[in-house]
Parts: sequence; C-alpha cells; structure tokens
Amino acid sequence: MDKTVTPRPSRLQRLRESDLWYSFCAHPSAIFAAVLLGLVALTALLAPLITPQNPYDLAALELWNSEIPPLWEDGGQWPYLLGTDTQGRDILSAVLYGSRISLIIGFASVILALVVGLALGLIAGYFGGWVDNVIMRVGDVLLSMPFILIAILITAIASASLPTGLKDVLAAPILILAIAVPSWVQYARTVRASAMVEAKKEYVQAAKLIRVKAWRVMLHHILPNCLTPIMVAATLNFGLAILSEATLSFLGVGMPPDQPSLGTLIRIGNQYLFSGLWWIVVFPSVQLCLIVLSVNMIGDWLRDALNPKLR
Amino acid sequence: MIAFLLKRTANAAFVMLAVALLAFLIFRFFGDPVEMMVNEQATLQDRIELRERLGLNDGFVTQYTRFVTNAVQGDFGISYRNQQDVMVLIKERFPATFELVLVATVISLVVGIPAGVITAVYRDSRLANMLQLGSIIGVSLPSFVVGILLILAFSVSLGWLPAFGRGDTVDIGWWSTGLLTPSGRAALILPALSLSTFQVTLVMRLVRAEMLETLRADYIKFARARGVPKARVQWRHALRNCLMPVITLTGMQIGNLIAFALVTETVFQWPGMGMLFIQAVTFVDLPVMAAYLLIVSFIFVALNTLVDITYAWVDPRLRDDTARGNG
Repeated sequence: MDKTVTPRPSRLQRLRESDLWYSFCAHPSAIFAAVLLGLVALTALLAPLITPQNPYDLAALELWNSEIPPLWEDGGQWPYLLGTDTQGRDILSAVLYGSRISLIIGFASVILALVVGLALGLIAGYFGGWVDNVIMRVGDVLLSMPFILIAILITAIASASLPTGLKDVLAAPILILAIAVPSWVQYARTVRASAMVEAKKEYVQAAKLIRVKAWRVMLHHILPNCLTPIMVAATLNFGLAILSEATLSFLGVGMPPDQPSLGTLIRIGNQYLFSGLWWIVVFPSVQLCLIVLSVNMIGDWLRDALNPKLR
Repeated sequence: MIAFLLKRTANAAFVMLAVALLAFLIFRFFGDPVEMMVNEQATLQDRIELRERLGLNDGFVTQYTRFVTNAVQGDFGISYRNQQDVMVLIKERFPATFELVLVATVISLVVGIPAGVITAVYRDSRLANMLQLGSIIGVSLPSFVVGILLILAFSVSLGWLPAFGRGDTVDIGWWSTGLLTPSGRAALILPALSLSTFQVTLVMRLVRAEMLETLRADYIKFARARGVPKARVQWRHALRNCLMPVITLTGMQIGNLIAFALVTETVFQWPGMGMLFIQAVTFVDLPVMAAYLLIVSFIFVALNTLVDITYAWVDPRLRDDTARGNG
C-alpha cells in the first residue's frame, strides 16, 4: 500500500485557494480600497520617519513659515507640500500624525467593543435566565439612545470629573471607551442568538456531560460558528468608529489641540474657513473621507462575499 | 393585539425609566448641585438652606421619584449657566431643530426614492453605477465635513447662501418659523442638505433592495404581460409596494436625525436644541444636559414603539413575540 502523505497546505496557499481571495481579486473596488487603506495605514505608522516636521514639537514650528499655501499655489514652498497653518505647522505632517491617532482610536474601540460584546453575548446566550435578562436589558437601554449622544455624554462626564492635567493624557482612552460603550450591543445580540441555538445541540450536551468547562465550549465550539456576521459588522463599525471619533473631536469633546486627530484638525481649520486658508481644513477632511470610504468599501465587499445567498 | 400593545408600551416605559435614572445620576451625583447654583459669597447657612429646599437631603428613591414626576410635567429645573427655566430654553430652540430635521427628511425622500428606483430598474447602467458609487461616498462622508465643504463652496467661494444662523423668523404663537421668510429659507438650505446626506443614501439603498425584490414578483410580470406600460409598472405597481419599509425607516430615523442635528447645528451655528446641548456640555450645565438626553430619548423610543405597534396592527403575524425571537 502506498501511503502518499499530502502535507497540509501552508496558510498562504490555503488563503490563495480560498473563495474569499478569489472574490477579492474579482472586485476591483475591493482591491482599490485595500490598497488605499494600506497606503494610509503605512504612511500613518511611518509618520515620524517620513514627515518633514514633528507637528507636536513646538520648537520645530517657525512662525514665519505660517500660512503657506500648498506647493502648487502661488507662494507655495518646499517642503510644505500641503501648506502650513497659522502657527507654521506643516499640514501634511499634521494629517499623517492625525491619521495615526484616528486609526488607533478607531481600531482600539472596535476591539474593545468586540471583546466585551462577544463575552457578554456568549454568557447571555449560553446561560440564559436572569443573567441573559440583565445583559440584554442594559443593551436595550443603550440602543434606545442615539449613538452619538451616549458617546458625547461619556466624554463630557469623564472630562468634567477628571483633573485638567489627567484629562489630556487620558483623552484617547476616554474616546475609545465612549465609542465602545454604545457599540458592543450589536455583537452581543448576534453572538447571543447563535449561542442560544448552539447551546441546545447535541455536541454541546455531550461536551457538558464529559464536563468540558463552560468557557471552553463557548470559545471553541460556539464562537467559531458565528464569526462571519461578526467580521462584517466589525469592519463596518471600524469605519463608523473613526467617523464617531472625528465627530466628537470636531465638537470639542475629543482629542485636545496639542495631540490632534483628524477631527481636531478639522475643528481647528474650521476657524479659518472665511479667511481664505482653505487648505487647513480641506486636507484633513479629504484624508478622513478616504479612510472611511476605503473601510466601507471593504466592508461592503466582505458582506457580499461572505453572504452564502449571493454566491 | 391589546396584549401586544400593553407589552410594547410597558417595555418603552421601562426603557424611559432607565434613561431617566441615567439622567438623574448625571444630574445628582456628578458635581454638587448646590455648589453650581450658589455664588461665592454664600454662607454655609445659605448652602444648608438651599440643600434642604432642593430636597437633596431626602432618600435616593424619593429624589429619583421626584425627578421623574417633575420631568413628566416638563419641569427640568433651572439652567446653571443662564439661570433660566430649562424647559423654556428648550421650547425656544425646538422649532429650529424640528424644521431642520423636517426639511432634511423631505430632501432624503425626494432624492432617495427616485435614485433607489433608478439604480434598481436600470441595473448596471452608467447612471445606476454612478448613483451606487455616490451612495457609498455619501455614507462615508462625515456630516460635518459635508457641511464645511458646502460652506466653502456656496458661501465662501460663490457667496450664494448664508453660512450660519437662521435668517429672519416669524413667530406663530410660541413657534418661531424660518420657513416663511426668504432669508429664513435661504439659511435652511445648506444645513438641511448636509444633515440629509446620510439619510439620502439610506433611503436609496433601501428602495433599491426592495425594488429588486418586488420586480421579481409574479404580479409585476403579469402586469407587464397584460400590457401595462413598463414605466407605469415600475413607478406605480412596484414602487408602491416598497414604500412601507421606507416610511418605517423614515419614522425611526427622525430620532437619530434630531440627535445628529447637533453636529450640523454646530457647523452652521444653527440656534437649535443641539447647539444648546453642546454649549451645556462645555459649561457642564447639568440640568440642560439631562433634559436634552431625556427629550431626545423620549422621541426616539416613542417613534420606535409607534412603528412597532403600527407594524403589528398591519401584520398580525408580528404580534406573536415568540415568532420574532426576542433579540
């Protein structure tokens, strides 16, 4: 008998043979969005290495370099490709550093909401009873208030109850919390529904009989079964989280001006709307739109690609 | 039906009580109301008397009950910042927000429905593809960015429309409307457009999905076979059957629009409730914050409940709660 042992294909190979990869290659808009997002993320991560200036370093700002228009306009100066603001801060550097903050806050808040939402959803669906009731009622109340309102209230309460020095240091964690609190419910509801179905199935009963620990059943058996809708929701929520962060910062309850995110930059630029310094507000806005647009395009593609009905 | 009605109303009441508890906690325990209200010269005796007069020495449950009873009667206390009755402040600002939301809703329907029909009927045509691309861009554009870009284009560059304020208003009873004066109408255009961007794409996507579904139905094919003109089948027979979900969505989104109007109002310096709220947040004016939270949540919850009840009334299958799964 000849035994031909076919080695298990490597991860990369499995990825390249998967339906998802095929679908990705067949959608130019998804490729475009992924390249765009990759580019934004890369330039944001490498910001300290590639920008001509550290926009947070006040010593690097020269007042005589202020209000320079973008390079292609009259009076544009190298290296200020996208011009400078009223304090001589290079807009391109500020945008790249700002994207970094926006991306990190968006990513962290999605992760936090995911972890909390999945954990609570699993617990609610698996155990049922009063635990389920309490968790889901809290979720109901959170969903009965507009998203943006909850986020503003959390940041407002946090910043008013913290001392001034601590407030700026903790601005990013507060924002992450403020965005995660109203968004965990969606994950919890999705995962709870499938946990309830799975918990009644025979393999779970069997696992319970041989005394497999509850958390093991939840994490290894129930969770993998509901990851698809969660993945789509998480991608679309990443875009929403970046938008929310920008909105909060724009309203003045987000990142402070000395560590500006894209929203803060737009807030600052908004003050010079009528003085002809359009580049201060336009470039951060464009960057923000590009980020959210590419995330949404990837999310839309993922939703269609993972939907078995559309195959 | 009555059982469903009662259950749904009780549910809404529970949610509102929970929101009220939240508002009460913010109001009562986040900062000391006495410290916020007295001036610096007040003696200890004054403070003790004020504390007693405000009932802050009573038990937690008594205070919460009083807070809810007052709120139901429209009494949200006195604003810390300008020493005015909070309800009066909100009543002054409400018409501005309401008109903004109303016009934005109308725009979203007038633009969103035809766009949705076109993308469904002429699938894969160039126009449909462009509208589709436009819809995903519309979802991705933050509303304040839309507002700023509109101001840059139509106020700063072209100088056609005002960039802030409400223009002239006319008072009808306690309601001040900007819809009756030319300057009021001009001032409304940009804010309403920027508030409606997201809503337009939402309506358009929904109409498209519903239309694609409906156009496959037998009665549509039958109408065509009977010789009813194509356009008539699409815009009358098919579209009519898609409108119910659109009405629902519009109803449920009004609460969201009111909340989101606070962003638009900040961009355009629009003197509505949202501006009042944002100012209250900056000055830690707790009674105004609590009142705004309660009123917006109430509108939100009331509309959702109303939509649910209407649905159950129209479609008896939905009354059975078990069939829906409570999730």
